Amino acid sequence: MTDVALVFRLGLLCRVPASPPPVIRVSHLRKHFGAHAVVQDVSFELAVGETLVLLGPSGCGKTTLLKMLNRLIEPDGGSVEINGRDVRQQPAETLRRGMGYVIQQVGLLPHYTVAENIGVVPRLLGHAPAAIAARTEALLTRLHLPPARYAGQLPQQLSGGQQQRVGLARALAADPPIVLMDEPFGALDPITRAGIRREFRELEELRSKTVVLVTHDVAEAFELADRILLLNAGRVQQLGTPRELLFRPANDFVRYFFAAERLALQLRTLTLDDVFDNEFLHDANPHTTVHEALETLTGTAVGTTGRFSVAQLMAAFGAALQREEDAWKR
Amino acid sequence: METLTALFAFWHEQAGKLGEQTVQHIGLTAASLLLAVLVGVPLGLWLARRPRWAPAVLGGAGVLQTVPSIALLGFLIPLLGIGAVPAICALFLYALLPIIRNTYEGIRGVPPAVVEAARGLGMTNGQVLRQVELPLALPVLMAGIRTAAVINVGVATLAAYVAAGGLGEFIFGGINLNNPVMILAGALPAAGLALAFDALLGGVQKLSARRLRQAGAALLLALPLLAGGYLLPRATGKLMAGFSPEFVGRADGLPGLTKIYGLTHLPSVVLAPALVYEAAHNAHVDVIDGYSTDGRIRAYGLRVLRDDRRAFPPYYAVPVVRPALLRAHPELRTVLAQLDGQISDSVMTELNYRADYLHEDPKAIAAQFLKQRGLWRAPRPAVAGEPVVRLGSKIFAEQYILIEMYAALIRSQTDLAVETKTGLGATNICFEALRSGAIDLYPEYTGTGLLVLLQPRPAVVDSLGGRPAAVLNYVRTEFRRRYGLEWLAPLGFNNTYALLMRGPQARALGIASVSDLSGYLRQ
Repeated sequence: MTDVALVFRLGLLCRVPASPPPVIRVSHLRKHFGAHAVVQDVSFELAVGETLVLLGPSGCGKTTLLKMLNRLIEPDGGSVEINGRDVRQQPAETLRRGMGYVIQQVGLLPHYTVAENIGVVPRLLGHAPAAIAARTEALLTRLHLPPARYAGQLPQQLSGGQQQRVGLARALAADPPIVLMDEPFGALDPITRAGIRREFRELEELRSKTVVLVTHDVAEAFELADRILLLNAGRVQQLGTPRELLFRPANDFVRYFFAAERLALQLRTLTLDDVFDNEFLHDANPHTTVHEALETLTGTAVGTTGRFSVAQLMAAFGAALQREEDAWKR
Repeated sequence: METLTALFAFWHEQAGKLGEQTVQHIGLTAASLLLAVLVGVPLGLWLARRPRWAPAVLGGAGVLQTVPSIALLGFLIPLLGIGAVPAICALFLYALLPIIRNTYEGIRGVPPAVVEAARGLGMTNGQVLRQVELPLALPVLMAGIRTAAVINVGVATLAAYVAAGGLGEFIFGGINLNNPVMILAGALPAAGLALAFDALLGGVQKLSARRLRQAGAALLLALPLLAGGYLLPRATGKLMAGFSPEFVGRADGLPGLTKIYGLTHLPSVVLAPALVYEAAHNAHVDVIDGYSTDGRIRAYGLRVLRDDRRAFPPYYAVPVVRPALLRAHPELRTVLAQLDGQISDSVMTELNYRADYLHEDPKAIAAQFLKQRGLWRAPRPAVAGEPVVRLGSKIFAEQYILIEMYAALIRSQTDLAVETKTGLGATNICFEALRSGAIDLYPEYTGTGLLVLLQPRPAVVDSLGGRPAAVLNYVRTEFRRRYGLEWLAPLGFNNTYALLMRGPQARALGIASVSDLSGYLRQ
């Protein structure tokens, strides 16, 4: 029950008047399908601009949890508040129009053109056609789909990666403060996936949004999340930053969940700032991960590095891991 | 080539009728299709939301589909009478299954991810239905409507059986008259209509999913317009007639009657021969065609209008025999002659009534009749080795009764054995059986002998002028000459075409003959 205690403590912290009120507050959410409890007593809060990744094995209830946020699934118990207001106080459609929604199968309307698909929500909201057209063009351009070429195409003319970008544009079209994503990159091949994920991370549009993203891909979670909610069998196993989950696992499930990819995750989680004292850094960016620094040193990526060798970096990394380990044991 | 010429001649001659029937056919198809769309599409949508009910509803509609169309009409007549209502109702029921099923399958075929995305974006259920599900289901849905339309154009030919009009009037008239040109005259336009409906709906379908609104509007506008054709003002009159297709088509039926009596102002509908009596009985129509000795005349209290100008050829019943039989057994001549002139129209009607309506055994009816006339004697004990007399009949009660009378007379007054061969079907089968010696005797009608078997030139028929004695004399002479067969003496009754009215109505209007009817209509 340490996780619940943690959530509770976080909840208390968030109620300190100085900190901004949570955009999303989920309290004791429950859902049963028949006798099967899919989501059990889940609570969390999200601040503005935060990206929360719902992570867990297949069938852990993460998609159900996501769909309860926009009422595609109605909970059996507990509550969801958006900006302090219970979601059940407004019609589900109104609620959903205020949240972007991206799913794995994309679900573009096959009889609508790319531009019409992107314009769905603004049209539902009654925006002016000219404004919708301008917004569509801007989004397409930003997502590297030149409007002149793509705006009039039908979804089936696009590749999977292009379709997913249109799906993302559609979710962002009405500039919703919240975006929900259900395995948005799940159907793509690894290379396309990495590319789109990078675009996604660098997309200015998304920086200010509060995002809830479902995935079963650990690397993806670590790459995108501000915080991760790790679920198993409908229960929260741990809620925290990637680093907390990796170095301060709340239970055995959390530890074993990352076991297979532990080293890769550690390389991507620890930054130069974590492993080196300042004099080693010089002009190198302290937020560069060890993994990125290694790639630069071995010539697979371009970038500036400090005055250290691979051997020094690895030694410092090993020492940093030991420090984390010791800290956890205490 | 000859058929083609005859076909165009027929269309040219019947252009007015062809147009009217085509409009009616389109009207019936469109009206039933419209109803089926209005009921079937919402039902299909409802099922798509509640798939649990789908097997039951689709199964029910499927059962309807398997009911033979003529039987379905038969079920509907007691409930809805005759006319457009039962016809449209039957067509509607046939159109339901393809429309419900395709709507249901069409909606279920929409990718769930698309629907989920649409809902997730904030579309209401109505918006999801109108902007996502219906447009995407449209091709499948329209395919169902097209199927239903083509089925209905075909089944609508049967509307002619319940007085609802349509191209079936030509088709069934042609079948009854064994007239291929007339069948084609109705069947070809019907086939053309099926193709036209299919093409029209195909056009609507091609409007593509993006123009659902236009497609729906086009459909819901076009169908009532087409159906409206059925409601075009039709001729009305003081009395309404209901005729069988054969009567309308053959020269000595309605066309002859119209010519001879100047029978105008008598609007008519066409319906199945089996239904005309019912229709008159239930006052759906006032004047019908029928046979003058039909048992239903008695059963329904109908009045036979006297054919005072002899428009209908005489159909006097006469036994036709092989002369060899009479030569071998001369005593048969007097035995058979005992029935000469013994059976009047009303007596025969009564006997038919007892067979057809009271379901009495023809043998018992024959025996009872002979007893009344003092002709009944107990059959003699069978003598082994005596020759057999074979009596044939067509398949209806009147003929069964007649040959049972002859059988009883022969068995009781001679030592000859008798074999009855009932159920020889139509005229031609009896006639060929007699010629080949498979039977020795069957009752034939003078008019049938003249028009169906001898088929003389029209000039000859005209020269006979419908006089019973002249016709009998002609067929007797010609049968002797051509086939070596002998017509004996008439039994007395004339089973010919007749116009019939309900007894009370005819009495109230003072109509006893066809001339009276014609006069009344022209008043």
